[in-house]
Amino acid sequence: MQADTKSTDSPPSRPSLPRRFERFFINLADVAAFVGRFFREALLPPYEFKEIIRQCYEVGYRSLLLISTTGFITGIVFTNQSRPSLTEFGATSWLPSLIAIAVVRALGPLVTALIAAGKVGSSIGAELGSMNVTEQIDAMEVSGTDPFKFLVVTRVLATSFTIPLLTMYTIFVALIGAYINVNQNEQTSFTSYIQEVFGAITYLDIFMSLIKSIAFGFTIGMVGCYKGYHSSKGTEGVGKAANSSVVTAMFLVFIEELLSLQIANAIRGS
Amino acid sequence: MDELVIDIHGLKKSFGDLHVLRGVDLQVHRGENVVVLGRSGTGKSVLIKIIVGLLKPDAGEVRVLGQDVTLLRGRELDEFRQKVGFSFQSSALYDSMSIRENLEFPLVRNIRNLSRADINRAVEEALDDVGLSQTINQMPSELSGGQRKRIGIARTLMLKPEIMLYDEPTAGLDPITSIEINNLINEVRQRTGASSIIITHDLTCAKTTGDRVAMLLDGTFERVGTFDEVFADPDERVQQFYNYNFVN
Repeated sequence: MQADTKSTDSPPSRPSLPRRFERFFINLADVAAFVGRFFREALLPPYEFKEIIRQCYEVGYRSLLLISTTGFITGIVFTNQSRPSLTEFGATSWLPSLIAIAVVRALGPLVTALIAAGKVGSSIGAELGSMNVTEQIDAMEVSGTDPFKFLVVTRVLATSFTIPLLTMYTIFVALIGAYINVNQNEQTSFTSYIQEVFGAITYLDIFMSLIKSIAFGFTIGMVGCYKGYHSSKGTEGVGKAANSSVVTAMFLVFIEELLSLQIANAIRGS
Repeated sequence: MDELVIDIHGLKKSFGDLHVLRGVDLQVHRGENVVVLGRSGTGKSVLIKIIVGLLKPDAGEVRVLGQDVTLLRGRELDEFRQKVGFSFQSSALYDSMSIRENLEFPLVRNIRNLSRADINRAVEEALDDVGLSQTINQMPSELSGGQRKRIGIARTLMLKPEIMLYDEPTAGLDPITSIEINNLINEVRQRTGASSIIITHDLTCAKTTGDRVAMLLDGTFERVGTFDEVFADPDERVQQFYNYNFVN
């Protein structure tokens, strides 16, 4: 009797390895189909300009305060943490160049993407998940509107347009934060700081930063939409969709950062 | 009343090993209200989702307003859906939009060149018809369950459909609000002449709104007829259903 109870209470056994592989490839094909459908529907009319603009506002304007604070603090903290090492070699005058390279090439895009994955990605995942659970997506479909075009295409385009703009803004705010710290400690003038910053970065750095941010924005929007659109029914499904949107998007952002670093190094080396 | 608007033959639908519909036949005439009764999980909602093209059947023929729904794609399907209204169990009002925007949505998405005045007039009329004019600028979260149901029905009626599909219209509502919804379903039929399929397990709703009742038992409509005809059947499953509703 006891044995029976135990077997009923024990968690379900994990699927076998071949079954897990099969599931993995089915999911991969599903994601590929989702991304393919995005490009097909994004290119074909009618275009949802009004909704895209509304989503850009949601993504951009609503993240502005958080991005400003985080960017500013990142600039100050990074400068403060870098100073002791440079002081040891008597190279504090290199601080503006070091900050510029770090902020433009990596910190600006990465900080923006991580903040957006947390704020925007989770919000998209939860919103679409909740629409799925409460049959709002079905309601849209039966009222003669393509929900994929209206909900997914608009959000992914909005994140792909807006996150690069937010990245440029984060870079600007982080450099201002860094300048305040440099000015307080090294008494560097604003003109000389700006000259050193622009002397250190190249067009390639800015270009790569922009391209990378578009990829980050696309990933965050796509992951949020995919997870929300395919959320399981029930309130638990909404929570899971929001949570896995953030985790997956952050993971993919780091992978993309690594790839872009390799590509940029290859270009610089050639 | 003789013209068939919905004609279903041998409809089958399974989800994995679960065979939900096992050869359903159903005919609905113009202006007729047909109530589909059955236990939870017997495939009542699946049936109307197939009728509106949200789900694809495994086998069988589904002709709605003379069109084979299973063959419709893209623009044709969108145009077809304008003629078939679907009122969801959860009302499915768009949370991020006000009541005005919810009601405008099907109009602005489907009918081009409508002036702002025309849209406003249509929205106000629709709200008047369901007695909820005062809610026009409210958000769905501010409304009660009954109000949400009424607004959901009003939104469905914006495109003046020829067929209405109601999925559990009285589920989760108190008896008084349920009566109001039943009356609204009858008013809609009188006003628009639309045919309806009403999915429910509320026998009061079935008796008040249905011209005919179709009882889904083991994946097929074994009993179809007027309310009294269906429940005169001594079949234990039918009587259990009747007794549960009227005794409890």
